[in-house]
Amino acid sequence: MKSFINHTGLVVGINRSNIDTDMIIPKQFLKSIKRTGFGANLFDELRYRDEGKPGEPCDDRPLVTDFPLNQPRYKGATILLAQENFGCGSSREHAPWALDDFGFRAILAPSFADIFYINCIKNGILPIVFNKKIINNFFSEVHKKEGYELTIDLDNQSVLTPSNAFKFSIDQFSKRCLLDGLDEIDLTLKEIDTIKAYENKHMKKVPWVFGAIK
Amino acid sequence: MIKNIQKTLYDKLWEVHLVKQRTDGSSLIYIDRHILHEVTSPQAFEGLRIANRKPWRLDMNIATPDHNISTDTKEREAGVDAIPDEVSRIQVKTLDYNCDYFGIREFRMNEMGQGIVHVMGPELGASLPGMTVVCGDSHTATHGAFGCLAHGIGTSEVEHVLATQCLVTKKMKNMRVTVTGKLGLGVTPKDVVLAIIGKIGTAGGTGYAIEFAGQVFLDMSIEGRMTVCNMAIEAGARIGMVAVDTKTIDYFKGRKFSPTGDTWDIAANYWSTLKSDENACFDSEVELSGQDILPQVTWGTSPEMVLPVNGFIPTPEDEPDPQKRQSIKQALSYMGLKGGMPITEIPVDFVFIGSCTNSRIEDMRAAALIAKGNKVANTVKQVLVVPGSQMVKAQAESEGLDKIFKDAGMDWREPGCSMCLAMNADKLGSGQHCASTSNRNFEGRQGTGGRTHLLSPSMAAAAAIAGHIIDVRKYGVQP
Ligand code: SF4
Repeated sequence: MKSFINHTGLVVGINRSNIDTDMIIPKQFLKSIKRTGFGANLFDELRYRDEGKPGEPCDDRPLVTDFPLNQPRYKGATILLAQENFGCGSSREHAPWALDDFGFRAILAPSFADIFYINCIKNGILPIVFNKKIINNFFSEVHKKEGYELTIDLDNQSVLTPSNAFKFSIDQFSKRCLLDGLDEIDLTLKEIDTIKAYENKHMKKVPWVFGAIK
Repeated sequence: MIKNIQKTLYDKLWEVHLVKQRTDGSSLIYIDRHILHEVTSPQAFEGLRIANRKPWRLDMNIATPDHNISTDTKEREAGVDAIPDEVSRIQVKTLDYNCDYFGIREFRMNEMGQGIVHVMGPELGASLPGMTVVCGDSHTATHGAFGCLAHGIGTSEVEHVLATQCLVTKKMKNMRVTVTGKLGLGVTPKDVVLAIIGKIGTAGGTGYAIEFAGQVFLDMSIEGRMTVCNMAIEAGARIGMVAVDTKTIDYFKGRKFSPTGDTWDIAANYWSTLKSDENACFDSEVELSGQDILPQVTWGTSPEMVLPVNGFIPTPEDEPDPQKRQSIKQALSYMGLKGGMPITEIPVDFVFIGSCTNSRIEDMRAAALIAKGNKVANTVKQVLVVPGSQMVKAQAESEGLDKIFKDAGMDWREPGCSMCLAMNADKLGSGQHCASTSNRNFEGRQGTGGRTHLLSPSMAAAAAIAGHIIDVRKYGVQP
């Protein structure tokens, strides 16, 4: 897993709630069997005026000019600001892959969909939950000040502005994985004896679960 | 003496599958069934290969293609090599290749048993009560309908489950949604779940495992319960579940991978214990009255934008909350609708009867009951009826349902996800309205610019005949 320690970056906001995974990366791009290359089609239907096709270059496509990601002042943004229930919908990990490929390292919102949240962590993207008041405050700062940046310090679990520090919470397992860039499968396979012992016990309790599918 | 702690069904399933509770708050749980499809698995298999790992156990996995494949009979008969869209073809072939390579049981495109993951799993008895079931698809909650702890996972987790048979996860909170009383004529499980989403909102269940309880669910068939649990995710909950009862146990008798003989008796005995204790404590409780639920239709771009069929589309000016007002405006503009208009005035260009929410045999029967002896309105461009699996298709055809649909001017198709998400050739054009039995009305979900209205199979069939949204109860038939 990609690690996340500290990050300072330009902030861009999409002021909408319920941004779903179909919006983040539309279904036609899920046909790829790779993990990379989704960035050009991130928010495809919101970013471009024509219909995106997998495998086609995006350089000459007509842009929705007022969409934040298309505005020159937000070019190079790495921190995304959004509203409630960000990432709702499907379990597609293509959504964080696209955000990552585009260059986002963190997302700040009042709430995230459960599966999306986990998928972000697995890809070294930090989802941060703040209450609506703080988020709305960031929105107005971003709007007012061109080049508005935030610093994220994961170890201290805080987001820093020049004048303030906002604490956020994260579960300790995710935090450790992100800080150390751990391979979770390796980590689990360290418990091989525990899993085997459980499996033997489970096999006695529910024998029909095993061996049926051949 | 140890205090007798009352547990919810979710607590019980969690405990049975807990391999290890780690000190950092994360847990390792054991996975009994892992269902794979072509879209969210290739990168996971690739990951295994790169790290030189093997699946932990083969007999816990089952695979089938569903999202990408054509539902057109001629195209299907031509086989995988003839899938016209190259990218889709590669994805389906990659699944076949990976299943061969690692030795995973796959039900291939034209094989009996193939179907949408959440339709074929239960019907084969591949997912059974009391199991932990995961799949790289958010509608895995479907399998909770018969007392499974089931939820969707991402591709990294697919790889993790393949390699370790475990999932690193955190326990959810418990929510109970009770629907009391009886449903009225023409009111179906789909209407119940849409009404629940309308009440608690698309984020109402975030962080929770929802148990659906109350008389309405006791009276409901197993397939109906699957429809409800399927859409728990549309209420924000990764997990939806219903307690096991005798109907549940009967449903699994004689299925392909179900236990037999003495093992069946032991299993059935164990399954009958899978219910919440009487005084179990839920972190959140919601109650609805079955009598109050009318047939439901969504008008907007989120499943919570739903109304009873006698409702009027909201006007942004009437909404006090500025954020919500903005969402209503955005939705109305995308959907091409005006605030204040009756929902029954929405015209319908396409009708889609299918998806893992509503493509089981009971859904096919409900739609056929309305279609029988009627004709699709001539303003409707196409009606797709897509059975959820090869077995549903065969059963429907043995009952002559295909003929009823065809006589009414509807298309009877091959099993797959079809127009639920338009990864295949079945798509809406920009600006077209679709009465759809699927589960998501997000912008562009059924095709770029397409406008989706979620409703039940009988309501969809009625819309096909009327050419606009209509109250199915006008047809005077009990679906
Ligand atoms: S039918 Fe639709 S929701 Fe269900 S698995 Fe297929 S694409 Fe997903």
